[in-house]
Amino acid sequence: MNQEVFFLQNFFNALMLGGLYALIAVGYTMVYGILRLINFAHGDIMMMGVYFAFYTAVLFSSPPLIAAIVAVAGAAGLGFLIDRIAYKPLRNAPRISALITAIGMSFFLESFAVVVFGAVQKPFVQIFKTKESKVILNKVLMVGGARIPLLTFLVILLTLAIFAVLFLIVYKSKIGMAMRAISMDIPTTALMGINVDGVIGFTFALGSALAAASGIMWAMRYPNVYPYMGFMPGMKAFIAAVVGGIGSIPGAVVGGLLLGFIEIFTVSYFPTMSGYRDAFSFIILILILMFKPSGILGKKAIEKV
Amino acid sequence: MSEELVLKIEGLHVYYGAIHAIKGIDVKVPKGKIITLIGANGAGKTTTLSTIAGLVKAKSGKVIFKGRDITNRPAHLVNKMGIALVPEGRRIFPGLTVYENLMMGAYNRKDREEVEKDLEWIFELFPRLKERLKQLGGTLSGGEQQMLAISRALMSRPRLLMMDEPSLGLAPILVEEVFDVIKKINQEGTTILLVEQNALGALKISHYGYVLETGSIVLEGPSKELLKNDMVRKAYLGVA
Repeated sequence: MNQEVFFLQNFFNALMLGGLYALIAVGYTMVYGILRLINFAHGDIMMMGVYFAFYTAVLFSSPPLIAAIVAVAGAAGLGFLIDRIAYKPLRNAPRISALITAIGMSFFLESFAVVVFGAVQKPFVQIFKTKESKVILNKVLMVGGARIPLLTFLVILLTLAIFAVLFLIVYKSKIGMAMRAISMDIPTTALMGINVDGVIGFTFALGSALAAASGIMWAMRYPNVYPYMGFMPGMKAFIAAVVGGIGSIPGAVVGGLLLGFIEIFTVSYFPTMSGYRDAFSFIILILILMFKPSGILGKKAIEKV
Repeated sequence: MSEELVLKIEGLHVYYGAIHAIKGIDVKVPKGKIITLIGANGAGKTTTLSTIAGLVKAKSGKVIFKGRDITNRPAHLVNKMGIALVPEGRRIFPGLTVYENLMMGAYNRKDREEVEKDLEWIFELFPRLKERLKQLGGTLSGGEQQMLAISRALMSRPRLLMMDEPSLGLAPILVEEVFDVIKKINQEGTTILLVEQNALGALKISHYGYVLETGSIVLEGPSKELLKNDMVRKAYLGVA
């Protein structure tokens, strides 16, 4: 394989992986922007979303697309509920209390999945029964000599489309405006007649829906479902959010892509280092925290006048 | 008073932890008037407004708005009923544009045409805001931010407009402009509850005033009379 083809192959892989990280990272960054809370259960919400899709498809033999939609909606509902039950009572408590609760929520969801769904890994591809979907999974396209699975393209396109919708919601819609206002000043937003808890709940639902979408695409590419599958992607996405500048949505995209590219390219150009692939992400995190703690696109907190 | 009351506060007590911030005050705001609360720093003026707005909980007493008890309702519901607050320090959303800041004020309104009309009215009141619609709120000067804060509150078409120290930190020429605008807004039909440390300015444009000292009302009366009152002149107007 010549250099260019090799590069192209990895480029698409990196784009896909980075996009998936970015989708999860957005959930961290939106919640942080509003509540200054790192929702450590976010990766586990992604895992729950994948299980929702898996069981909807397997138990009700519904087509994969329907299963995905049900799962995304289910995850949104779960995110909303987690905020109501676990975080809302702690809105006025010290931030550390909410943070510890988030870690607890993460353990709870993982244990819940072990008990209810079982700890054994399940092949996600079981949800694809029709011929068409098998074609989608296995078809390979030739791009400039590189063999790129059709699935990779679909994931990249879908990720782009989701981000387009997300940016419309956050920057053009009314509720998006309220979300941004809350991230600047909660009491004043309430003075505008806006139900702040409702908007916060919406933010959790939105972030969780994106995590589930990412998780489902993840499971199509790395096809096992298990209770701890949310941990590493969640960790990476958290790093992506911090590297990009936590609280900034464009930052989460940049951070996610950066992490995806670094991970794929270090492993493919230095195969002997592949055992350290996860370590690279953490090294990036340490470097950013040392040299630019506010992240690539993060702003220093604006002093309120 | 036989006038129709927009707001009535009865025996209001507010605590911050162990601190007794408001010690049983009674305030009446008749329709169409400007009522002012004056007093020094820490007298409880901001606390009173925050309690009405639903940001701070009352321990006892009542806040009655147009005949309905709204004591301790959450802030967003108080706003929906028709009370808007221009908070102390303006509290513009710095990362939203001037236009978005204005639309935050009109968040719950469905009457788009009327919102447009109100926007035009606001541009008449503050022509400078129209020039700056696409600018971020945080980039405005202090005076412009105050105008934006007032406009944002007006965009909800409040029955009662409460203002917390609108003249604070402004250049003298702007202070006068702000008081003129308050008067104008009132003349066009909005009832106003004004909190000020600038007692002279507030008493000049208001109809009735209350003097607040460490959480209690020590004096009240028509603003014209308060302006002549010896104690007010000594303590708040700096005239012997």
